[in-house]
Amino acid sequence: MSKKDIKKVGMLAALANPTRFMTLSGTLLPWLSLLAALFVAIGLYLGWQAPEDYQQGITVRIMYIHVPAAWFAMFSYTVMALSALGVLVWRHPLADVSIRAAAPIGAAFTLLCLVTGSLWGRPMWGTYWVWDARLTSVFVLLLMYLGIMALQRAMEDPARSARPVAILVLVGYINIPIIKFSVDFWNTLHQPASVIRLDGPTIHASMLWPLLVVAIGFTFLFLAMHMMAMRNEIRRRRAASLRKAGARGKSSAPTTAVLEG
Amino acid sequence: MSEHEIFVYASYGLGALIMAVLLAWLWIDRNITVKELARLEEMGVRRRSQTQDD
Repeated sequence: MSKKDIKKVGMLAALANPTRFMTLSGTLLPWLSLLAALFVAIGLYLGWQAPEDYQQGITVRIMYIHVPAAWFAMFSYTVMALSALGVLVWRHPLADVSIRAAAPIGAAFTLLCLVTGSLWGRPMWGTYWVWDARLTSVFVLLLMYLGIMALQRAMEDPARSARPVAILVLVGYINIPIIKFSVDFWNTLHQPASVIRLDGPTIHASMLWPLLVVAIGFTFLFLAMHMMAMRNEIRRRRAASLRKAGARGKSSAPTTAVLEG
Repeated sequence: MSEHEIFVYASYGLGALIMAVLLAWLWIDRNITVKELARLEEMGVRRRSQTQDD
Protein backbone atom coordinates (compact mmCIF):
# COMPACT_ATOMS: atom_id res chain seq x y z
CA MET A 1 0.00 0.00 0.00
CA SER A 2 1.45 3.36 -1.00
CA LYS A 3 1.53 6.45 1.25
CA LYS A 4 -1.23 7.94 -0.88
CA ASP A 5 -3.41 4.88 -0.32
CA ILE A 6 -2.78 4.97 3.44
CA LYS A 7 -3.96 8.59 3.50
CA LYS A 8 -7.10 7.57 1.66
CA VAL A 9 -8.16 4.77 4.01
CA GLY A 10 -7.02 6.58 7.11
CA MET A 11 -4.22 5.78 9.52
CA LEU A 12 -6.34 3.62 11.85
CA ALA A 13 -7.67 1.50 9.02
CA ALA A 14 -4.18 1.15 7.58
CA LEU A 15 -2.94 -0.12 10.95
CA ALA A 16 -5.68 -2.75 10.98
CA ASN A 17 -3.12 -4.97 9.34
CA PRO A 18 -1.05 -6.41 12.24
CA THR A 19 1.98 -6.99 10.00
CA ARG A 20 1.98 -3.33 9.00
CA PHE A 21 1.60 -2.34 12.66
CA MET A 22 4.55 -4.55 13.63
CA THR A 23 6.76 -2.92 10.97
CA LEU A 24 5.78 0.64 11.89
CA SER A 25 5.99 0.10 15.66
CA GLY A 26 9.36 -1.64 15.28
CA THR A 27 10.70 1.54 13.68
CA LEU A 28 9.10 3.94 16.17
CA LEU A 29 9.83 2.03 19.39
CA PRO A 30 13.55 2.91 19.84
CA TRP A 31 12.83 6.61 19.21
CA LEU A 32 9.90 6.71 21.62
CA SER A 33 11.97 4.97 24.30
CA LEU A 34 14.83 7.42 23.80
CA LEU A 35 12.52 10.45 23.98
CA ALA A 36 10.82 9.03 27.10
CA ALA A 37 14.14 8.56 28.93
CA LEU A 38 15.36 12.00 27.84
CA PHE A 39 12.26 13.99 28.83
CA VAL A 40 11.72 12.18 32.15
CA ALA A 41 15.40 12.65 33.11
CA ILE A 42 15.43 16.35 32.13
CA GLY A 43 12.06 16.99 33.81
CA LEU A 44 13.09 15.36 37.09
CA TYR A 45 16.43 17.18 37.02
CA LEU A 46 14.64 20.53 36.52
CA GLY A 47 12.22 19.56 39.27
CA TRP A 48 15.05 19.05 41.73
CA GLN A 49 16.55 22.41 40.68
CA ALA A 50 13.21 24.19 41.25
CA PRO A 51 12.69 25.90 44.60
CA GLU A 52 11.04 24.04 47.45
CA ASP A 53 7.46 24.98 48.28
CA TYR A 54 7.04 27.51 51.08
CA GLN A 55 4.53 25.25 52.85
CA GLN A 56 5.32 21.72 51.66
CA GLY A 57 9.09 22.09 51.74
CA ILE A 58 10.99 19.27 50.02
CA THR A 59 7.91 17.02 49.78
CA VAL A 60 6.76 19.09 46.79
CA ARG A 61 9.30 17.06 44.76
CA ILE A 62 6.96 14.06 45.05
CA MET A 63 4.58 16.02 42.83
CA TYR A 64 6.88 15.54 39.79
CA ILE A 65 6.07 11.81 39.85
CA HIS A 66 2.67 11.76 41.52
CA VAL A 67 0.84 14.19 39.23
CA PRO A 68 2.02 12.73 35.86
CA ALA A 69 1.32 9.23 37.24
CA ALA A 70 -2.25 10.33 38.10
CA TRP A 71 -2.73 11.87 34.64
CA PHE A 72 -1.52 8.71 32.90
CA ALA A 73 -3.54 6.44 35.17
CA MET A 74 -6.59 8.20 33.69
CA PHE A 75 -5.12 8.56 30.19
CA SER A 76 -4.44 4.80 29.98
CA TYR A 77 -8.08 4.14 30.82
CA THR A 78 -9.18 6.67 28.19
CA VAL A 79 -7.08 4.83 25.60
CA MET A 80 -8.78 1.61 26.70
CA ALA A 81 -12.24 3.21 26.39
CA LEU A 82 -11.46 4.43 22.85
CA SER A 83 -10.15 0.96 22.02
CA ALA A 84 -13.36 -0.52 23.45
CA LEU A 85 -15.29 1.59 20.94
CA GLY A 86 -12.92 0.18 18.34
CA VAL A 87 -13.97 -3.34 19.39
CA LEU A 88 -17.72 -2.69 19.56
CA VAL A 89 -18.30 -0.15 16.77
CA TRP A 90 -15.54 -0.43 14.20
CA ARG A 91 -14.43 -4.03 15.00
CA HIS A 92 -10.83 -2.95 14.52
CA PRO A 93 -8.60 -6.05 14.69
CA LEU A 94 -6.07 -4.34 16.97
CA ALA A 95 -8.57 -2.70 19.34
CA ASP A 96 -8.79 -5.62 21.77
CA VAL A 97 -5.00 -5.99 21.59
CA SER A 98 -4.76 -2.33 22.60
CA ILE A 99 -7.06 -2.83 25.63
CA ARG A 100 -5.10 -5.88 26.76
CA ALA A 101 -1.80 -4.01 26.36
CA ALA A 102 -2.92 -0.83 28.16
CA ALA A 103 -4.49 -2.47 31.24
CA PRO A 104 -1.29 -3.49 33.10
CA ILE A 105 0.38 -0.18 32.18
CA GLY A 106 -2.59 1.79 33.51
CA ALA A 107 -2.62 -0.35 36.66
CA ALA A 108 1.09 0.40 37.21
CA PHE A 109 0.54 4.18 36.79
CA THR A 110 -2.42 4.02 39.20
CA LEU A 111 -0.37 2.10 41.77
CA LEU A 112 2.45 4.64 41.36
CA CYS A 113 -0.03 7.48 41.88
CA LEU A 114 -1.48 5.87 45.03
CA VAL A 115 1.91 4.98 46.54
CA THR A 116 3.48 8.41 45.95
CA GLY A 117 0.30 10.18 47.07
CA SER A 118 0.27 8.14 50.24
CA LEU A 119 3.93 8.96 50.93
CA TRP A 120 3.17 12.65 50.40
CA GLY A 121 0.08 12.46 52.62
CA ARG A 122 1.91 11.15 55.70
CA PRO A 123 4.08 14.26 56.27
CA MET A 124 1.50 16.75 54.90
CA TRP A 125 -1.82 15.40 56.19
CA GLY A 126 -0.51 13.30 59.06
CA THR A 127 -1.88 10.09 57.53
CA TYR A 128 -1.03 7.72 54.69
CA TRP A 129 -4.64 7.22 53.71
CA VAL A 130 -8.13 8.67 54.08
CA TRP A 131 -11.27 7.41 52.38
CA ASP A 132 -12.06 10.75 50.74
CA ALA A 133 -13.66 10.98 47.29
CA ARG A 134 -10.43 11.51 45.29
CA LEU A 135 -8.40 8.76 46.94
CA THR A 136 -11.30 6.31 46.93
CA SER A 137 -12.16 6.91 43.26
CA VAL A 138 -8.49 6.38 42.26
CA PHE A 139 -8.45 3.19 44.33
CA VAL A 140 -11.59 2.09 42.47
CA LEU A 141 -9.70 2.78 39.21
CA LEU A 142 -6.97 0.37 40.34
CA LEU A 143 -9.65 -2.24 41.12
CA MET A 144 -11.17 -1.64 37.66
CA TYR A 145 -7.83 -2.30 35.98
CA LEU A 146 -7.34 -5.49 38.00
CA GLY A 147 -10.92 -6.62 37.27
CA ILE A 148 -10.49 -6.05 33.52
CA MET A 149 -7.19 -7.96 33.53
CA ALA A 150 -8.87 -10.82 35.45
CA LEU A 151 -11.78 -10.95 32.98
CA GLN A 152 -9.38 -10.99 30.02
CA ARG A 153 -7.55 -13.95 31.50
CA ALA A 154 -10.71 -15.79 32.56
CA MET A 155 -11.43 -16.74 28.94
CA GLU A 156 -8.77 -18.61 27.04
CA ASP A 157 -9.90 -17.36 23.65
CA PRO A 158 -9.34 -13.58 23.27
CA ALA A 159 -11.95 -13.46 20.51
CA ARG A 160 -14.60 -14.51 23.07
CA SER A 161 -13.49 -12.12 25.82
CA ALA A 162 -13.13 -9.04 23.56
CA ARG A 163 -16.77 -7.88 23.67
CA PRO A 164 -17.50 -8.39 27.40
CA VAL A 165 -14.17 -6.73 28.25
CA ALA A 166 -14.98 -3.77 25.95
CA ILE A 167 -18.40 -3.34 27.59
CA LEU A 168 -16.86 -3.47 31.08
CA VAL A 169 -14.25 -0.89 30.06
CA LEU A 170 -16.92 1.49 28.73
CA VAL A 171 -19.14 1.09 31.82
CA GLY A 172 -16.11 1.70 34.04
CA TYR A 173 -15.25 4.92 32.20
CA ILE A 174 -17.82 6.73 34.36
CA ASN A 175 -15.15 6.66 37.07
CA ILE A 176 -12.80 8.97 35.11
CA PRO A 177 -14.93 12.16 35.35
CA ILE A 178 -15.72 11.17 38.94
CA ILE A 179 -11.95 11.15 39.70
CA LYS A 180 -11.41 14.46 37.92
CA PHE A 181 -14.31 16.32 39.54
CA SER A 182 -14.31 14.53 42.93
CA VAL A 183 -12.39 17.42 44.50
CA ASP A 184 -15.05 19.88 43.25
CA PHE A 185 -18.18 17.82 43.96
CA TRP A 186 -17.23 16.68 47.47
CA ASN A 187 -15.41 18.13 50.43
CA THR A 188 -12.12 16.26 50.21
CA LEU A 189 -8.81 16.34 52.05
CA HIS A 190 -7.14 16.20 48.61
CA GLN A 191 -6.51 19.69 47.23
CA PRO A 192 -8.41 20.88 44.12
CA ALA A 193 -6.82 20.90 40.65
CA SER A 194 -3.90 23.32 40.31
CA VAL A 195 -2.77 22.66 36.71
CA ILE A 196 -5.72 21.68 34.50
CA ARG A 197 -8.18 24.47 35.37
CA LEU A 198 -10.42 26.74 33.31
CA ASP A 199 -8.78 29.84 34.81
CA GLY A 200 -5.24 28.54 34.18
CA PRO A 201 -2.67 26.87 36.44
CA THR A 202 -2.23 28.21 39.97
CA ILE A 203 1.17 26.59 40.37
CA HIS A 204 4.30 28.76 40.01
CA ALA A 205 6.07 28.57 36.62
CA SER A 206 9.31 27.38 38.24
CA MET A 207 7.50 24.19 39.31
CA LEU A 208 5.02 24.00 36.43
CA TRP A 209 7.60 23.69 33.63
CA PRO A 210 9.49 20.71 35.12
CA LEU A 211 6.12 19.05 35.78
CA LEU A 212 5.08 19.51 32.14
CA VAL A 213 8.43 18.19 30.88
CA VAL A 214 8.00 15.04 33.01
CA ALA A 215 4.43 14.74 31.67
CA ILE A 216 5.76 14.86 28.07
CA GLY A 217 8.26 12.17 29.07
CA PHE A 218 5.45 10.05 30.53
CA THR A 219 3.54 10.48 27.23
CA PHE A 220 6.43 8.97 25.30
CA LEU A 221 6.88 6.34 28.03
CA PHE A 222 3.22 5.32 27.78
CA LEU A 223 3.35 5.19 23.97
CA ALA A 224 6.53 3.10 24.02
CA MET A 225 5.26 0.65 26.64
CA HIS A 226 1.83 0.38 25.03
CA MET A 227 3.39 -0.31 21.65
CA MET A 228 5.75 -2.88 23.15
CA ALA A 229 2.90 -4.64 24.98
CA MET A 230 0.79 -4.63 21.78
CA ARG A 231 3.65 -6.20 19.84
CA ASN A 232 3.96 -8.90 22.53
CA GLU A 233 0.22 -9.59 22.39
CA ILE A 234 0.20 -9.83 18.58
CA ARG A 235 3.09 -12.32 18.72
CA ARG A 236 1.30 -14.30 21.47
CA ARG A 237 -1.89 -14.54 19.35
CA ARG A 238 0.07 -15.50 16.26
CA ALA A 239 1.79 -18.26 18.26
CA ALA A 240 -1.57 -19.48 19.62
CA SER A 241 -2.99 -19.50 16.11
CA LEU A 242 0.00 -21.48 14.84
CA ARG A 243 -0.27 -23.95 17.75
CA LYS A 244 -3.94 -24.53 16.86
CA ALA A 245 -3.02 -25.12 13.23
CA GLY A 246 -0.23 -27.46 14.32
CA ALA A 247 -2.62 -29.42 16.57
CA ARG A 248 -5.03 -29.81 13.63
CA GLY A 249 -2.17 -31.30 11.67
CA LYS A 250 -2.19 -28.66 8.98
CA SER A 251 0.99 -27.15 7.71
CA SER A 252 -0.40 -23.65 7.90
CA ALA A 253 -2.74 -21.46 9.91
CA PRO A 254 -5.12 -19.09 8.15
CA THR A 255 -3.80 -15.54 7.84
CA THR A 256 -7.03 -14.20 9.27
CA ALA A 257 -6.51 -16.17 12.47
CA VAL A 258 -3.44 -14.24 13.57
CA LEU A 259 -5.44 -12.17 16.04
CA GLU A 260 -8.11 -14.66 16.92
CA GLY A 261 -6.03 -16.67 19.35
CA MET B 1 18.52 15.15 56.32
CA SER B 2 15.18 16.77 57.12
CA GLU B 3 12.47 14.59 58.62
CA HIS B 4 10.47 14.71 55.37
CA GLU B 5 13.26 13.76 52.97
CA ILE B 6 12.75 10.06 53.62
CA PHE B 7 9.25 10.29 52.11
CA VAL B 8 10.62 11.92 48.97
CA TYR B 9 13.36 9.30 48.51
CA ALA B 10 10.88 6.49 49.25
CA SER B 11 8.55 7.90 46.55
CA TYR B 12 11.30 8.06 43.94
CA GLY B 13 12.62 4.62 44.95
CA LEU B 14 9.23 2.92 44.81
CA GLY B 15 8.40 4.80 41.58
CA ALA B 16 11.61 3.51 39.98
CA LEU B 17 10.84 0.00 41.27
CA ILE B 18 7.29 -0.05 39.84
CA MET B 19 8.50 1.19 36.44
CA ALA B 20 11.44 -1.25 36.47
CA VAL B 21 9.13 -4.20 37.20
CA LEU B 22 6.77 -3.12 34.38
CA LEU B 23 9.61 -2.71 31.87
CA ALA B 24 11.20 -6.02 32.94
CA TRP B 25 7.86 -7.79 32.47
CA LEU B 26 7.47 -6.26 28.99
CA TRP B 27 11.01 -7.31 28.05
CA ILE B 28 10.64 -10.87 29.42
CA ASP B 29 7.25 -11.21 27.69
CA ARG B 30 8.84 -10.03 24.45
CA ASN B 31 11.60 -12.66 24.67
CA ILE B 32 9.09 -15.43 25.49
CA THR B 33 6.81 -14.59 22.55
CA VAL B 34 9.68 -14.14 20.07
CA LYS B 35 11.16 -17.53 21.10
CA GLU B 36 7.77 -19.27 20.94
CA LEU B 37 7.07 -17.96 17.42
CA ALA B 38 10.55 -18.96 16.29
CA ARG B 39 10.08 -22.46 17.80
CA LEU B 40 6.77 -22.95 15.98
CA GLU B 41 8.20 -21.75 12.69
CA GLU B 42 11.15 -24.11 13.15
CA MET B 43 8.64 -26.95 13.53
CA GLY B 44 7.34 -25.99 10.10
CA VAL B 45 3.99 -24.53 11.21
CA ARG B 46 3.41 -21.38 9.21
CA ARG B 47 0.70 -18.88 8.51
CA ARG B 48 -1.07 -19.28 5.19
CA SER B 49 0.33 -15.96 3.93
CA GLN B 50 3.85 -17.23 4.59
CA THR B 51 3.28 -20.56 2.87
CA GLN B 52 1.91 -18.76 -0.18
CA ASP B 53 5.06 -16.64 -0.30
CA ASP B 54 7.28 -19.79 -0.45
